[in-house]
Amino acid sequence: MLEVQHISFVAADGDTDKEILDDVSFCVDEPFVAITGPNGSGKSTLAKIIAGILTPSGGKILLDGEDITGLSVTERARRGISYAFQQPVRFKGLTVKDLVSLAAGKRLTVSEVCSYLSEVGLCARDYIDREVNASLSGGELKRIEIATVLAREKSLTVFDEPEAGIDLWSFQSLITVFEKMHERTQGNILIISHQERILNIADRIIVIANGKVQKNGSREEILPGLLASRACPALAK
Amino acid sequence: MDELEKMLLMQIADLHKVPDGAYNIRKNGEADGRRSTPHIRIESRKDKKAGIDIFVSGETKGESVHIPVVITETDYKEQVYNDFYIEDGADVLIIAGCGIHNCGQATSEHSGIHTFHVGKNAKVKYVEKHYASGDGNGENVMNPTTDIRMEENSRLEMETTQIKGVDSTVRTTRGVLAAGAELVIREKIYTHGKQFAKTDFSVELNGDGAGADVVSRSVAADSSRQEFYLRIDGNGKCHGHSECDAIIMDEANVVAIPALAANNVDAELIHEAAIGKIAGEQLLKLMTLGLTEQEAEEQIIKGFLS
Ligand SMILES: Nc1ncnc2c1ncn2[C@@H]1O[C@H](COP(=O)(O)OP(=O)(O)O)[C@@H](O)[C@H]1O
Ligand SMILES: [Mg+2]
Repeated sequence: MLEVQHISFVAADGDTDKEILDDVSFCVDEPFVAITGPNGSGKSTLAKIIAGILTPSGGKILLDGEDITGLSVTERARRGISYAFQQPVRFKGLTVKDLVSLAAGKRLTVSEVCSYLSEVGLCARDYIDREVNASLSGGELKRIEIATVLAREKSLTVFDEPEAGIDLWSFQSLITVFEKMHERTQGNILIISHQERILNIADRIIVIANGKVQKNGSREEILPGLLASRACPALAK
Repeated sequence: MDELEKMLLMQIADLHKVPDGAYNIRKNGEADGRRSTPHIRIESRKDKKAGIDIFVSGETKGESVHIPVVITETDYKEQVYNDFYIEDGADVLIIAGCGIHNCGQATSEHSGIHTFHVGKNAKVKYVEKHYASGDGNGENVMNPTTDIRMEENSRLEMETTQIKGVDSTVRTTRGVLAAGAELVIREKIYTHGKQFAKTDFSVELNGDGAGADVVSRSVAADSSRQEFYLRIDGNGKCHGHSECDAIIMDEANVVAIPALAANNVDAELIHEAAIGKIAGEQLLKLMTLGLTEQEAEEQIIKGFLS
């Protein structure tokens, strides 16, 4: 279980300070929790704070009751946090097999790597020895990023906009990956997304706007209002 | 062979035992074994210089020649000339390499001058590794010179690697290519401590359809220094590409000086150079997989140089 308690984040923006997150609190104790909200509202910042990449200006992060606010990225990863980047990183020389093996924490056999790649819809044999470099398309990189996180099988998995950079057509097939994860996960999944089909399988939806939690409730409570406001933003105000 | 020599042979030639096919092992300046085969003849030089002549007949198809050099003495310097005569149509793998283990206080030095005469339509893969170790303060110096002359439609692929222990090196490679000839060079260098490595490549593309693709990847750590001079001259309807990609760490220093000379309106020449430290986001990504910063750095470098 993840507890986010009164998290704030202030970034220096020129001479002035810019408040990006303001007293954000919520709990991830259901299997599948989605965060949504407008671009620039602070969602990725929050994901990075949970992973330990950014240090909050105030507040605490608890994982399974332990205060991990002061822990490094490595220590959090070892305690069971997985984080799929919104913009995956490219590596010259590291192959897909290397990266997935590093994620799993052990040397994987070819067929093990293949099974993770197939899950995210990549024809495994074509990719296993490819370098994770600029020769891969944005969509391919994104799938490999998701495969690295699947290979970790940890207690908390954070996805930052897994749909970004993937065309809608291919995304339909990725939805099943998340549906399957939802069914069999032993831990918690926290997923930042704008996709209705993702929100549709969430147990809980948290809406972040302007750095604040605007809504937090079950899917049944939150989703209808969200869909209505999207169809006609003026009416929702 | 003692354990030390075996270790050096492993490092530079992946040799666990006497190799199959033709070979010549040179140890502290002495011949330590040689075998010719029906297609590949190895002979001592006719002039007074140290080294061998290697004749590869046109019948050769997929055979290999191993010519490792091992030095285990301190204060030992040598200059060795190896000439390869590769007949038209031959297809051969050549594995060279030099391993120095210097426990003493003085400098050990090996300068290998390799000349390749590559006949028409011949195909050569040339793999060269340099490795040095030692527990003394003696310096290990290697200055390989490779002189490549390629006739029409021949192909030579050179893989040259220097990963450890060489304190000072000047690596000079010259290529002169006739029409349709293809030269591919892949260089990998890792320097640390106070080491110095200089790469000096120059290729002349002298006929239509000649092509060169030269890629150097390197990592410079601690206060080591690296210099790269890569020059391609296009004298016909040819294509040349050179690339220098360096990761710099600590107080290291890397200089890359490319040169392209197009002397024909149909010459297509490209150079790319990039020098920079390991990207912070690469380290972070691996740290989110549970690696420490140091482990992440090692994996990134290992991948980059593999
Ligand atoms: N280090 C930073 N310095 C200044 N502004 C930042 C920094 N990081 C993010 N921001 C700003 O914070 C806001 C929230 O960004 P982000 O968390 O990426 O939003 P989201 O993921 O919801 O689109 C944006 O306006 C962004 O420009
Ligand atoms: Mg974002």
